[in-house]
Amino acid sequence: MAVMLPNIMRNLFSRPETRLYPAEERILYPHTRGHIEFDADKCNFCTLCSKKCPADAIKVDRANKTWTLDVYRCIVCSACVDDCPKDAIQMIEQWRTPAFSKTVEVYEGPKPEETQPEA
Amino acid sequence: MAKIVTPFGPQHPVLPEPLQLNITYEDEKVVSVAPAIGYIHRGLEKAGELNDFPQNVFLVERVCGICSFMHGMTYCEAIEDIMGVEIPPRAKYLRVFYGELSRIHSHLLWLGLLSDAFGFESLFMKYWAIRERIVDLMEMTGGHRIILSASCIGGVRRDLTDEQIKIIEKTLMEVKNELDRVTPVILKDYTVKKRTVGIGVLSKEEVITLGAVGPVLRASGVAQDLRQTGYEAYGELDFEPIVETDGDCYARAVVRAREVYQAIDLALEALHRLPEGEAQVKVKGNPNGETIRRVEQPRGEVLWYVKGNGTKNLVRMRVRTPTYAHIPALLKMLPGCEMADVPVVTLSIDPCISCTER
Repeated sequence: MAVMLPNIMRNLFSRPETRLYPAEERILYPHTRGHIEFDADKCNFCTLCSKKCPADAIKVDRANKTWTLDVYRCIVCSACVDDCPKDAIQMIEQWRTPAFSKTVEVYEGPKPEETQPEA
Repeated sequence: MAKIVTPFGPQHPVLPEPLQLNITYEDEKVVSVAPAIGYIHRGLEKAGELNDFPQNVFLVERVCGICSFMHGMTYCEAIEDIMGVEIPPRAKYLRVFYGELSRIHSHLLWLGLLSDAFGFESLFMKYWAIRERIVDLMEMTGGHRIILSASCIGGVRRDLTDEQIKIIEKTLMEVKNELDRVTPVILKDYTVKKRTVGIGVLSKEEVITLGAVGPVLRASGVAQDLRQTGYEAYGELDFEPIVETDGDCYARAVVRAREVYQAIDLALEALHRLPEGEAQVKVKGNPNGETIRRVEQPRGEVLWYVKGNGTKNLVRMRVRTPTYAHIPALLKMLPGCEMADVPVVTLSIDPCISCTER
Protein backbone atom coordinates (compact mmCIF):
# COMPACT_ATOMS: atom_id res chain seq x y z
CA MET A 1 0.00 0.00 0.00
CA ALA A 2 2.77 2.41 0.98
CA VAL A 3 4.55 1.75 -2.33
CA MET A 4 1.37 2.32 -4.35
CA LEU A 5 0.44 5.52 -2.45
CA PRO A 6 2.49 7.94 -4.60
CA ASN A 7 0.84 6.47 -7.71
CA ILE A 8 -2.61 6.82 -6.15
CA MET A 9 -1.95 10.47 -5.24
CA ARG A 10 -0.69 11.16 -8.77
CA ASN A 11 -3.75 9.48 -10.27
CA LEU A 12 -6.00 11.69 -8.17
CA PHE A 13 -4.52 14.94 -9.41
CA SER A 14 -3.42 14.09 -12.96
CA ARG A 15 -5.33 14.23 -16.24
CA PRO A 16 -6.96 11.01 -17.43
CA GLU A 17 -4.89 8.77 -19.71
CA THR A 18 -7.83 8.28 -22.07
CA ARG A 19 -9.21 10.70 -24.64
CA LEU A 20 -12.72 12.08 -24.73
CA TYR A 21 -13.18 10.38 -28.08
CA PRO A 22 -15.61 12.27 -30.30
CA ALA A 23 -14.29 15.61 -29.03
CA GLU A 24 -10.63 14.65 -29.14
CA GLU A 25 -9.44 12.30 -31.87
CA ARG A 26 -6.25 10.29 -31.92
CA ILE A 27 -3.59 11.80 -34.20
CA LEU A 28 -2.51 9.39 -36.91
CA TYR A 29 1.14 9.23 -37.91
CA PRO A 30 2.30 9.86 -41.50
CA HIS A 31 3.40 6.20 -41.75
CA THR A 32 0.18 4.74 -40.34
CA ARG A 33 -1.16 2.05 -42.61
CA GLY A 34 -4.84 2.98 -42.82
CA HIS A 35 -6.07 1.84 -46.21
CA ILE A 36 -4.89 1.72 -49.82
CA GLU A 37 -6.08 3.99 -52.59
CA PHE A 38 -5.84 3.09 -56.25
CA ASP A 39 -5.33 5.41 -59.21
CA ALA A 40 -6.53 3.70 -62.39
CA ASP A 41 -4.97 6.38 -64.64
CA LYS A 42 -1.43 5.50 -63.54
CA CYS A 43 -1.87 1.72 -63.61
CA ASN A 44 -0.52 -0.36 -66.51
CA PHE A 45 -2.26 -3.54 -65.28
CA CYS A 46 0.97 -5.50 -64.88
CA THR A 47 -0.67 -7.75 -62.18
CA LEU A 48 2.38 -7.51 -59.89
CA CYS A 49 0.26 -6.30 -56.95
CA SER A 50 -2.10 -9.22 -57.34
CA LYS A 51 0.86 -11.67 -57.31
CA LYS A 52 2.44 -10.06 -54.24
CA CYS A 53 -0.77 -9.76 -52.19
CA PRO A 54 -0.53 -12.30 -49.33
CA ALA A 55 -4.28 -12.19 -48.69
CA ASP A 56 -5.48 -12.59 -52.34
CA ALA A 57 -7.40 -9.34 -51.93
CA ILE A 58 -6.41 -7.82 -55.27
CA LYS A 59 -7.61 -9.23 -58.58
CA VAL A 60 -6.39 -7.72 -61.83
CA ASP A 61 -8.01 -8.46 -65.18
CA ARG A 62 -5.54 -7.55 -67.88
CA ALA A 63 -7.88 -8.06 -70.85
CA ASN A 64 -10.78 -5.97 -69.53
CA LYS A 65 -8.48 -3.55 -67.66
CA THR A 66 -10.22 -3.87 -64.32
CA TRP A 67 -8.60 -3.73 -60.90
CA THR A 68 -10.62 -5.20 -58.02
CA LEU A 69 -9.95 -4.85 -54.31
CA ASP A 70 -11.77 -7.02 -51.80
CA VAL A 71 -11.74 -4.44 -49.00
CA TYR A 72 -12.40 -6.95 -46.24
CA ARG A 73 -9.69 -9.38 -47.31
CA CYS A 74 -7.02 -6.66 -47.41
CA ILE A 75 -4.68 -6.81 -44.38
CA VAL A 76 -3.08 -3.42 -45.18
CA CYS A 77 0.44 -4.89 -45.28
CA SER A 78 1.51 -2.41 -48.01
CA ALA A 79 3.28 -5.12 -50.06
CA CYS A 80 1.45 -3.85 -53.18
CA VAL A 81 2.36 -0.22 -52.42
CA ASP A 82 6.07 -1.10 -52.11
CA ASP A 83 6.18 -3.13 -55.30
CA CYS A 84 4.01 -1.09 -57.67
CA PRO A 85 6.27 0.04 -60.55
CA LYS A 86 3.93 2.92 -61.52
CA ASP A 87 3.08 4.21 -58.01
CA ALA A 88 -0.58 3.64 -58.79
CA ILE A 89 -1.33 2.40 -55.25
CA GLN A 90 -0.99 4.81 -52.33
CA MET A 91 -1.14 4.17 -48.59
CA ILE A 92 -3.49 6.57 -46.82
CA GLU A 93 -3.25 6.96 -43.04
CA GLN A 94 -6.99 7.24 -42.38
CA TRP A 95 -8.61 3.97 -41.35
CA ARG A 96 -11.70 2.74 -43.12
CA THR A 97 -14.98 3.34 -41.36
CA PRO A 98 -17.19 0.44 -40.24
CA ALA A 99 -19.79 -0.71 -42.75
CA PHE A 100 -23.00 -2.71 -42.78
CA SER A 101 -22.01 -4.97 -45.66
CA LYS A 102 -18.78 -6.32 -47.14
CA THR A 103 -17.83 -4.43 -50.25
CA VAL A 104 -15.59 -4.96 -53.25
CA GLU A 105 -14.10 -1.95 -55.01
CA VAL A 106 -13.82 -2.21 -58.79
CA TYR A 107 -11.79 0.28 -60.82
CA GLU A 108 -11.73 0.41 -64.59
CA GLY A 109 -8.76 1.60 -66.57
CA PRO A 110 -8.99 3.61 -69.80
CA LYS A 111 -10.34 1.41 -72.59
CA PRO A 112 -8.08 0.99 -75.66
CA GLU A 113 -10.49 2.84 -78.02
CA GLU A 114 -10.68 5.81 -75.63
CA THR A 115 -6.92 6.25 -75.57
CA GLN A 116 -6.57 6.21 -79.40
CA PRO A 117 -6.23 9.67 -80.93
CA GLU A 118 -9.21 10.78 -82.97
CA ALA A 119 -8.74 10.48 -86.69
CA MET B 1 -12.94 -35.68 0.82
CA ALA B 2 -14.32 -36.39 -2.65
CA LYS B 3 -12.42 -35.20 -5.69
CA ILE B 4 -14.05 -32.65 -7.97
CA VAL B 5 -13.09 -31.93 -11.58
CA THR B 6 -13.61 -28.32 -12.65
CA PRO B 7 -12.78 -26.84 -16.04
CA PHE B 8 -10.57 -23.73 -15.99
CA GLY B 9 -11.23 -22.03 -19.29
CA PRO B 10 -11.46 -22.04 -22.31
CA GLN B 11 -13.21 -18.75 -21.51
CA HIS B 12 -11.81 -17.33 -18.27
CA PRO B 13 -11.39 -13.66 -17.28
CA VAL B 14 -7.67 -14.11 -16.71
CA LEU B 15 -6.94 -15.79 -20.02
CA PRO B 16 -6.68 -13.61 -23.12
CA GLU B 17 -6.90 -16.74 -25.25
CA PRO B 18 -8.75 -20.05 -25.02
CA LEU B 19 -6.86 -22.70 -23.05
CA GLN B 20 -8.74 -25.35 -21.13
CA LEU B 21 -7.33 -26.95 -18.01
CA ASN B 22 -9.45 -29.71 -16.46
CA ILE B 23 -8.36 -29.46 -12.85
CA THR B 24 -9.03 -32.12 -10.20
CA TYR B 25 -9.42 -30.60 -6.75
CA GLU B 26 -9.41 -32.26 -3.35
CA ASP B 27 -11.01 -29.73 -0.99
CA GLU B 28 -9.42 -26.55 -2.41
CA LYS B 29 -6.07 -28.11 -3.33
CA VAL B 30 -5.20 -28.96 -6.93
CA VAL B 31 -4.44 -32.67 -7.32
CA SER B 32 -3.96 -33.09 -11.05
CA VAL B 33 -4.35 -31.15 -14.30
CA ALA B 34 -5.27 -32.25 -17.81
CA PRO B 35 -4.83 -29.60 -20.51
CA ALA B 36 -7.00 -29.44 -23.62
CA ILE B 37 -5.85 -27.34 -26.54
CA GLY B 38 -7.11 -26.98 -30.08
CA TYR B 39 -9.58 -24.12 -29.85
CA ILE B 40 -7.73 -21.80 -32.21
CA HIS B 41 -5.82 -24.08 -34.53
CA ARG B 42 -5.63 -22.28 -37.88
CA GLY B 43 -3.37 -24.54 -39.94
CA LEU B 44 -0.76 -21.83 -40.49
CA GLU B 45 2.03 -24.31 -41.18
CA LYS B 46 0.08 -25.86 -44.05
CA ALA B 47 -0.94 -22.42 -45.32
CA GLY B 48 2.77 -21.56 -45.41
CA GLU B 49 3.37 -24.37 -47.88
CA LEU B 50 0.64 -23.12 -50.23
CA ASN B 51 1.75 -19.47 -50.34
CA ASP B 52 4.81 -18.07 -52.11
CA PHE B 53 7.72 -17.78 -49.69
CA PRO B 54 7.85 -13.92 -49.65
CA GLN B 55 4.10 -13.80 -48.87
CA ASN B 56 4.71 -16.02 -45.85
CA VAL B 57 6.43 -13.14 -44.03
CA PHE B 58 3.00 -11.57 -43.54
CA LEU B 59 1.46 -14.92 -42.66
CA VAL B 60 3.99 -15.88 -39.97
CA GLU B 61 3.63 -12.46 -38.36
CA ARG B 62 0.10 -13.54 -37.59
CA VAL B 63 1.14 -16.71 -35.74
CA CYS B 64 0.94 -14.59 -32.60
CA GLY B 65 -0.09 -11.01 -32.02
CA ILE B 66 2.42 -10.12 -29.37
CA CYS B 67 5.59 -11.77 -30.71
CA SER B 68 4.53 -10.86 -34.24
CA PHE B 69 7.74 -9.10 -35.29
CA MET B 70 9.96 -11.84 -33.84
CA HIS B 71 8.19 -14.58 -35.83
CA GLY B 72 8.58 -12.57 -39.03
CA MET B 73 12.22 -11.84 -38.27
CA THR B 74 13.08 -15.48 -37.52
CA TYR B 75 11.38 -16.65 -40.71
CA CYS B 76 13.28 -14.04 -42.75
CA GLU B 77 16.55 -15.08 -41.06
CA ALA B 78 15.85 -18.70 -41.97
CA ILE B 79 15.19 -17.88 -45.65
CA GLU B 80 18.27 -15.61 -45.77
CA ASP B 81 20.31 -18.44 -44.23
CA ILE B 82 19.19 -20.93 -46.93
CA MET B 83 19.75 -18.45 -49.76
CA GLY B 84 23.09 -17.24 -48.38
CA VAL B 85 22.01 -13.58 -48.18
CA GLU B 86 24.02 -11.25 -45.96
CA ILE B 87 21.82 -8.40 -44.73
CA PRO B 88 23.28 -4.88 -44.25
CA PRO B 89 24.51 -3.91 -40.74
CA ARG B 90 21.84 -1.21 -40.45
CA ALA B 91 19.13 -3.84 -40.94
CA LYS B 92 20.65 -5.96 -38.16
CA TYR B 93 20.51 -3.07 -35.70
CA LEU B 94 16.99 -2.12 -36.81
CA ARG B 95 15.86 -5.71 -36.22
CA VAL B 96 17.34 -5.53 -32.70
CA PHE B 97 15.49 -2.27 -32.12
CA TYR B 98 12.13 -3.56 -33.36
CA GLY B 99 12.65 -6.83 -31.46
CA GLU B 100 13.33 -5.04 -28.18
CA LEU B 101 10.35 -2.74 -28.76
CA SER B 102 8.19 -5.87 -29.06
CA ARG B 103 9.75 -7.25 -25.88
CA ILE B 104 8.96 -4.08 -23.91
CA HIS B 105 5.38 -4.09 -25.14
CA SER B 106 4.93 -7.81 -24.44
CA HIS B 107 6.33 -7.64 -20.91
CA LEU B 108 4.31 -4.52 -20.03
CA LEU B 109 1.18 -6.28 -21.29
CA TRP B 110 2.01 -9.33 -19.18
CA LEU B 111 2.78 -7.31 -16.03
CA GLY B 112 -0.62 -5.64 -16.45
CA LEU B 113 -2.36 -8.99 -16.91
CA LEU B 114 -0.62 -10.41 -13.84
CA SER B 115 -1.78 -7.44 -11.75
CA ASP B 116 -5.29 -8.05 -13.05
CA ALA B 117 -5.02 -11.78 -12.19
CA PHE B 118 -4.68 -11.03 -8.48
CA GLY B 119 -7.16 -8.17 -8.61
CA PHE B 120 -4.81 -5.17 -8.57
CA GLU B 121 -6.75 -3.24 -11.20
CA SER B 122 -5.15 0.18 -10.75
CA LEU B 123 -1.69 -1.32 -11.35
CA PHE B 124 -3.05 -3.12 -14.42
CA MET B 125 -4.30 0.18 -15.82
CA LYS B 126 -1.00 1.92 -15.05
CA TYR B 127 1.01 -0.72 -16.94
CA TRP B 128 -1.33 -0.65 -19.91
CA ALA B 129 -1.23 3.14 -20.03
CA ILE B 130 2.57 2.95 -20.27
CA ARG B 131 2.32 0.21 -22.87
CA GLU B 132 0.14 2.48 -24.99
CA ARG B 133 3.10 4.80 -25.51
CA ILE B 134 5.20 1.89 -26.83
CA VAL B 135 2.34 0.86 -29.11
CA ASP B 136 2.23 4.46 -30.41
CA LEU B 137 5.95 4.19 -31.22
CA MET B 138 5.24 0.97 -33.10
CA GLU B 139 2.56 2.70 -35.15
CA MET B 140 4.85 5.65 -35.84
CA THR B 141 7.67 3.42 -37.12
CA GLY B 142 6.00 0.27 -38.46
CA GLY B 143 2.62 1.62 -39.48
CA HIS B 144 0.45 -0.65 -37.36
CA ARG B 145 -0.03 -0.75 -33.61
CA ILE B 146 0.92 -4.42 -33.17
CA ILE B 147 1.65 -6.15 -36.50
CA LEU B 148 4.71 -4.18 -37.55
CA SER B 149 5.45 -5.95 -40.87
CA ALA B 150 8.87 -4.31 -40.59
CA SER B 151 10.98 -7.34 -41.48
CA CYS B 152 11.37 -8.58 -45.02
CA ILE B 153 13.61 -11.10 -46.74
CA GLY B 154 16.87 -9.20 -47.23
CA GLY B 155 16.58 -6.67 -44.41
CA VAL B 156 14.04 -4.28 -42.96
CA ARG B 157 11.22 -2.53 -44.84
CA ARG B 158 10.83 0.29 -42.36
CA ASP B 159 13.92 2.44 -42.00
CA LEU B 160 14.06 5.10 -39.28
CA THR B 161 14.62 8.79 -39.94
CA ASP B 162 16.71 11.00 -37.62
CA GLU B 163 13.55 12.79 -36.56
CA GLN B 164 11.88 9.51 -35.61
CA ILE B 165 14.97 8.40 -33.66
CA LYS B 166 14.81 11.59 -31.57
CA ILE B 167 11.12 11.01 -30.76
CA ILE B 168 11.80 7.34 -29.91
CA GLU B 169 14.72 8.19 -27.58
CA LYS B 170 12.66 10.84 -25.82
CA THR B 171 9.64 8.56 -25.42
CA LEU B 172 11.71 5.62 -24.18
CA MET B 173 13.33 7.83 -21.51
CA GLU B 174 9.87 9.03 -20.44
CA VAL B 175 8.64 5.44 -20.31
CA LYS B 176 11.63 4.56 -18.13
CA ASN B 177 10.76 7.39 -15.73
CA GLU B 178 7.14 6.28 -15.55
CA LEU B 179 8.25 2.67 -14.93
CA ASP B 180 10.42 3.87 -12.04
CA ARG B 181 7.20 4.88 -10.28
CA VAL B 182 5.24 1.70 -11.07
CA THR B 183 7.80 -1.14 -10.97
CA PRO B 184 8.53 -0.79 -7.20
CA VAL B 185 4.91 -1.84 -6.64
CA ILE B 186 5.56 -5.20 -8.37
CA LEU B 187 8.90 -5.59 -6.58
CA LYS B 188 7.99 -4.51 -3.04
CA ASP B 189 4.24 -4.29 -2.47
CA TYR B 190 2.80 -6.48 0.30
CA THR B 191 -0.30 -7.47 -1.72
CA VAL B 192 1.74 -8.53 -4.74
CA LYS B 193 4.18 -10.56 -2.63
CA LYS B 194 1.35 -12.20 -0.68
CA ARG B 195 -0.15 -13.54 -3.93
CA THR B 196 3.06 -14.56 -5.73
CA VAL B 197 5.89 -15.48 -3.33
CA GLY B 198 6.35 -19.24 -2.90
CA ILE B 199 3.60 -20.13 -5.41
CA GLY B 200 4.21 -22.37 -8.43
CA VAL B 201 7.80 -23.12 -7.44
CA LEU B 202 10.07 -24.90 -9.94
CA SER B 203 13.62 -25.85 -9.01
CA LYS B 204 16.62 -25.44 -11.31
CA GLU B 205 16.73 -29.20 -12.02
CA GLU B 206 12.99 -29.31 -12.74
CA VAL B 207 12.98 -26.48 -15.30
CA ILE B 208 15.85 -28.13 -17.17
CA THR B 209 14.14 -31.55 -17.12
CA LEU B 210 10.79 -30.09 -18.22
CA GLY B 211 12.40 -28.12 -21.04
CA ALA B 212 11.18 -24.68 -19.95
CA VAL B 213 12.51 -21.66 -21.81
CA GLY B 214 12.86 -17.91 -21.46
CA PRO B 215 11.86 -16.02 -18.30
CA VAL B 216 10.58 -19.22 -16.60
CA LEU B 217 14.02 -20.76 -17.03
CA ARG B 218 15.84 -17.63 -15.88
CA ALA B 219 13.56 -17.22 -12.84
CA SER B 220 14.76 -20.60 -11.60
CA GLY B 221 18.42 -19.69 -11.76
CA VAL B 222 19.47 -20.85 -15.25
CA ALA B 223 21.37 -18.05 -17.00
CA GLN B 224 20.28 -18.93 -20.54
CA ASP B 225 19.25 -16.30 -23.03
CA LEU B 226 19.47 -17.00 -26.76
CA ARG B 227 20.47 -13.40 -27.42
CA GLN B 228 23.86 -14.44 -25.99
CA THR B 229 24.41 -16.50 -29.16
CA GLY B 230 24.77 -13.15 -30.94
CA TYR B 231 22.21 -13.39 -33.73
CA GLU B 232 21.55 -10.16 -35.63
CA ALA B 233 23.54 -7.43 -33.83
CA TYR B 234 23.25 -8.84 -30.30
CA GLY B 235 26.87 -10.02 -30.41
CA GLU B 236 28.02 -6.38 -30.55
CA LEU B 237 25.71 -5.16 -27.78
CA ASP B 238 26.47 -5.31 -24.10
CA PHE B 239 24.05 -7.22 -21.88
CA GLU B 240 23.82 -9.97 -19.29
CA PRO B 241 20.83 -12.33 -18.91
CA ILE B 242 18.62 -11.44 -15.94
CA VAL B 243 18.49 -14.29 -13.46
CA GLU B 244 16.47 -14.90 -10.29
CA THR B 245 16.87 -18.01 -8.17
CA ASP B 246 13.57 -18.53 -6.32
CA GLY B 247 11.65 -20.11 -9.23
CA ASP B 248 8.22 -18.94 -8.01
CA CYS B 249 5.63 -16.61 -9.60
CA TYR B 250 7.27 -13.61 -7.90
CA ALA B 251 10.68 -14.45 -9.41
CA ARG B 252 9.10 -14.71 -12.87
CA ALA B 253 7.46 -11.31 -12.40
CA VAL B 254 10.76 -9.79 -11.23
CA VAL B 255 12.64 -11.24 -14.22
CA ARG B 256 10.12 -9.69 -16.63
CA ALA B 257 9.99 -6.36 -14.77
CA ARG B 258 13.78 -6.11 -14.93
CA GLU B 259 13.87 -7.28 -18.55
CA VAL B 260 11.74 -4.27 -19.54
CA TYR B 261 14.55 -1.98 -18.35
CA GLN B 262 17.12 -4.13 -20.11
CA ALA B 263 15.09 -4.04 -23.33
CA ILE B 264 14.82 -0.22 -23.15
CA ASP B 265 18.60 0.01 -22.69
CA LEU B 266 19.23 -2.38 -25.60
CA ALA B 267 16.81 -0.51 -27.88
CA LEU B 268 18.48 2.81 -27.03
CA GLU B 269 21.94 1.32 -27.53
CA ALA B 270 20.90 -0.12 -30.90
CA LEU B 271 19.64 3.31 -31.98
CA HIS B 272 22.77 5.00 -30.68
CA ARG B 273 25.03 2.66 -32.67
CA LEU B 274 22.81 2.50 -35.77
CA PRO B 275 25.18 2.35 -38.77
CA GLU B 276 24.56 4.43 -41.89
CA GLY B 277 23.66 2.81 -45.19
CA GLU B 278 20.97 0.73 -46.79
CA ALA B 279 18.47 -1.22 -44.70
CA GLN B 280 17.51 -3.72 -47.37
CA VAL B 281 19.15 -5.77 -50.12
CA LYS B 282 17.39 -7.19 -53.15
CA VAL B 283 17.00 -10.95 -53.03
CA LYS B 284 16.62 -13.01 -56.18
CA GLY B 285 15.93 -16.69 -56.66
CA ASN B 286 14.17 -19.30 -54.58
CA PRO B 287 15.32 -21.10 -51.41
CA ASN B 288 16.77 -24.57 -51.89
CA GLY B 289 17.74 -26.35 -48.67
CA GLU B 290 16.72 -26.51 -45.05
CA THR B 291 17.60 -24.71 -41.87
CA ILE B 292 16.71 -24.23 -38.21
CA ARG B 293 16.77 -20.81 -36.56
CA ARG B 294 16.31 -20.05 -32.86
CA VAL B 295 15.50 -16.63 -31.45
CA GLU B 296 14.76 -15.32 -27.95
CA GLN B 297 11.20 -14.06 -27.95
CA PRO B 298 9.64 -12.19 -25.00
CA ARG B 299 8.23 -15.51 -23.81
CA GLY B 300 11.33 -17.59 -24.49
CA GLU B 301 12.99 -19.55 -27.23
CA VAL B 302 11.22 -19.98 -30.55
CA LEU B 303 12.41 -22.51 -33.10
CA TRP B 304 11.74 -22.21 -36.82
CA TYR B 305 12.38 -24.98 -39.32
CA VAL B 306 12.13 -24.08 -43.01
CA LYS B 307 12.72 -26.35 -46.00
CA GLY B 308 12.65 -25.28 -49.63
CA ASN B 309 13.19 -27.19 -52.88
CA GLY B 310 14.13 -24.42 -55.30
CA THR B 311 10.56 -23.45 -56.16
CA LYS B 312 8.66 -20.43 -54.84
CA ASN B 313 6.66 -22.68 -52.48
CA LEU B 314 8.25 -24.16 -49.36
CA VAL B 315 8.20 -27.91 -48.77
CA ARG B 316 7.84 -27.59 -45.01
CA MET B 317 7.54 -24.85 -42.44
CA ARG B 318 7.51 -25.73 -38.75
CA VAL B 319 7.50 -23.62 -35.61
CA ARG B 320 7.92 -24.58 -31.96
CA THR B 321 6.81 -21.73 -29.76
CA PRO B 322 7.74 -20.93 -26.12
CA THR B 323 4.28 -21.64 -24.68
CA TYR B 324 4.33 -25.11 -26.23
CA ALA B 325 7.52 -25.76 -24.25
CA HIS B 326 5.94 -24.33 -21.10
CA ILE B 327 2.89 -26.58 -20.88
CA PRO B 328 4.78 -29.48 -19.16
CA ALA B 329 6.19 -26.94 -16.68
CA LEU B 330 2.68 -25.62 -16.01
CA LEU B 331 1.40 -29.14 -15.30
CA LYS B 332 4.20 -29.57 -12.78
CA MET B 333 3.57 -26.19 -11.09
CA LEU B 334 -0.18 -26.47 -10.55
CA PRO B 335 -0.60 -29.65 -8.40
CA GLY B 336 -0.41 -28.72 -4.73
CA CYS B 337 -1.44 -25.10 -5.10
CA GLU B 338 -4.71 -23.52 -3.93
CA MET B 339 -7.74 -23.03 -6.19
CA ALA B 340 -7.40 -19.22 -5.90
CA ASP B 341 -3.77 -19.36 -7.08
CA VAL B 342 -4.52 -21.24 -10.33
CA PRO B 343 -5.01 -18.04 -12.42
CA VAL B 344 -1.75 -16.49 -11.17
CA VAL B 345 0.27 -19.68 -11.73
CA THR B 346 -1.24 -20.19 -15.21
CA LEU B 347 -0.47 -16.63 -16.15
CA SER B 348 3.09 -16.83 -14.81
CA ILE B 349 4.23 -18.81 -17.89
CA ASP B 350 2.81 -15.98 -20.09
CA PRO B 351 0.55 -18.33 -22.06
CA CYS B 352 0.12 -17.60 -25.75
CA ILE B 353 -2.30 -20.13 -27.12
CA SER B 354 -2.35 -18.74 -30.66
CA CYS B 355 1.39 -19.48 -30.82
CA THR B 356 0.96 -22.96 -29.37
CA GLU B 357 -1.75 -24.08 -31.77
CA ARG B 358 -0.77 -22.08 -34.85
